[in-house]
Amino acid sequence: MSGTFVGMPAFPEAARDAVGNPTLRGNLRHATHTIRAKRDRAVAELADWAQLREAGRRIKDHTLRHLDRYLEQLEASVTAAGGTVHWAADAEEANRIVTRLVKETGESEVVKVKSMATQEIGLNEALEAAGVRAYETDLAELIVQLGHDRPSHILVPAIHRNRGEIRDIFTREMGSWGRPAPEGLTDRPADLAEAARVHLREKFLRAKVGVSGANFMVAETGTLVVVESEGNGRMCLTLPETLISVVGIEKIVPTWRDLEVFLQTLPRSSTAERMNPYTSTWTGTTDEDGPRAFHLVLLDNGRTDTLADQVGRQALRCIRCSACLNVCPVYERAGGHAYGSVYPGPIGAILTPQLRGTASEIDASLPYASSLCGACYEACPVAIDIPEVLVHLRERVVQGGPAVRRGNKVVLRPAKGHAAERAAMRAAGWAFAHPGALRTGQRLASRSRRLHPRTLPGPGRAWTGSRDLPAVPAEPFRDWWQRTRGGKDAK
Amino acid sequence: MNSRERILGRVRRALADVPADETPYERAVPRDYLREHGERTTEETVELLAENLTDYRAVVHRTNREELPVLIMRLLDAHGSREVLVPEGLPPEWLSATRALRVEDRATDTPDRLDRVGSVVTGCAVAVAETGTIVLDGSPDQGRRRISLIPDHHICVVRVPEQIVGSVPQALERLDPSRPLTWISGPSATSDIELDRVEGVHGPRALEVILVG
Ligand code: SF4
Repeated sequence: MSGTFVGMPAFPEAARDAVGNPTLRGNLRHATHTIRAKRDRAVAELADWAQLREAGRRIKDHTLRHLDRYLEQLEASVTAAGGTVHWAADAEEANRIVTRLVKETGESEVVKVKSMATQEIGLNEALEAAGVRAYETDLAELIVQLGHDRPSHILVPAIHRNRGEIRDIFTREMGSWGRPAPEGLTDRPADLAEAARVHLREKFLRAKVGVSGANFMVAETGTLVVVESEGNGRMCLTLPETLISVVGIEKIVPTWRDLEVFLQTLPRSSTAERMNPYTSTWTGTTDEDGPRAFHLVLLDNGRTDTLADQVGRQALRCIRCSACLNVCPVYERAGGHAYGSVYPGPIGAILTPQLRGTASEIDASLPYASSLCGACYEACPVAIDIPEVLVHLRERVVQGGPAVRRGNKVVLRPAKGHAAERAAMRAAGWAFAHPGALRTGQRLASRSRRLHPRTLPGPGRAWTGSRDLPAVPAEPFRDWWQRTRGGKDAK
Repeated sequence: MNSRERILGRVRRALADVPADETPYERAVPRDYLREHGERTTEETVELLAENLTDYRAVVHRTNREELPVLIMRLLDAHGSREVLVPEGLPPEWLSATRALRVEDRATDTPDRLDRVGSVVTGCAVAVAETGTIVLDGSPDQGRRRISLIPDHHICVVRVPEQIVGSVPQALERLDPSRPLTWISGPSATSDIELDRVEGVHGPRALEVILVG
């Protein structure tokens, strides 16, 4: 993973700054609470949610356990449909491939659909260095790009900005990127959306190269799927002559039929809709409809290292719905930036340290960015047991042990001293300004069930070395949180 | 070693713990979820589609084949469109009443040209009642993907009941993955400002669905 946020302070320090910023906390609280209630309703509409979730988990697990076979099958079907497949072992190689492909078209600008993979590899910066301007076209990405900012949420990267701030950014910055914001722009969301529409229109209509990611790739048919809301995705996928899609190797599903699970669970989990406004699927190229050239760049960049970890590999099931962020009490207070990576929140806390290792202080502190309350696991539409992986990674940080880095077996050394436990205490300290909350947070809540029979690993061992392991509370942390302080202290 | 071999090699080493005789795909995934949520009569399915489309701010009309041309004329007039974009296989009688100028969907037209057309009329491949979705697959009565994207006003005709299915699994069964598909659920929207849905960004801001049967 490229060092996107170089020089980030470790999670506890970064989080402390965020917690001290009342505007940020207010914005996050408002947004996450809005979406939580809606999501609960969207999920409740499907009586078979539990079965869909289990099917989603099994489809992804099966695919990951036979990933070599499905990658080869995908490559063959994309190629047969007229696409060209490239393989990128790391961020640098992916950037090199994309830059070369853009250069070969003779163009000096590209339009981009929101894509986590291209953020992860720092593609925009690499293109910029090669003299190619990348225009983000998703509304939230545009807000981040114009604001010279960093994304703070998987789905809504500008979630930390409220409408007034967005209005100010548009008014100040749009002119230097293209068409300026209209005079007297208000902060009404509809007016802000209209300003983005007008600003980006000319870029879409003249674009010759589009860059995207994908939500799913179907091995059997070679079909790619992009799920979106605004229509910017459709613009980037259909108007340019060349389309370049950069997709993590874990995004495969075996069959067309498998989409019947994820096209039900993803929209309801992410934007809490029965269906998102637009979903595009394409298979290679189509004569006289859409791009004439289609390139698929398959990205490893730490994914095979993650796959090698039998506990941690479940993180690769993630479909990036962001439900775990929206229910996380730590995310709600710390904000996305504190996680120091493009993947914030609970999923970031388990994915980032696996993709790029725990060598830096921020990455070593990420597994501690949690109270292990288990809300993320319950919300996850592919049932990733995030608390289980967190505990596993904590153990790795404190005790060291075997791991795979860039395809090579290594033995990690334990983190020095008890830095990790200290980090944990600090993380807990900022998140729960209330001492009672801190104590409760340390009790591994009843919903992280599977952890209890074992002796506490890692920092848990350090804790139990100096104090008795408290009994699991009768009331799960999350319920306690909702009942007591969770709803009160952001104002 | 090239990167393809390197990555595939890493994958294989990472999966050394996976037994060779693991449960095959067919039995690895339980399919005990529902094919459709609840039992509905055909009319109830049509009503659910209309309800869900409306819920996401599409405007729904119901008519019969005889009245269809007049309805399309009225909708184009109400939107003030002097030109209407037309896929080559659109049944000509659908536009027999309108005075709006027909602009054929041609591969050679620039996006700028299409941007000056007020409305587009298309058929569809399938409509999904449970989610309020219409799916276009580029058939002759639907045209290239871009024509239902660039004009600000999209009129989509759904043949009732034969083009309507209840659920997402039923829709996928009917669709051909080798065709480029566009699933549309309401007009373009965003949740990017404070996670609240706002209609109207880059795609058509007005989506009108005509149920003909
Ligand atoms: S970990 Fe699960 S809940 Fe979180 S973003 Fe991924 S799929 Fe969604």
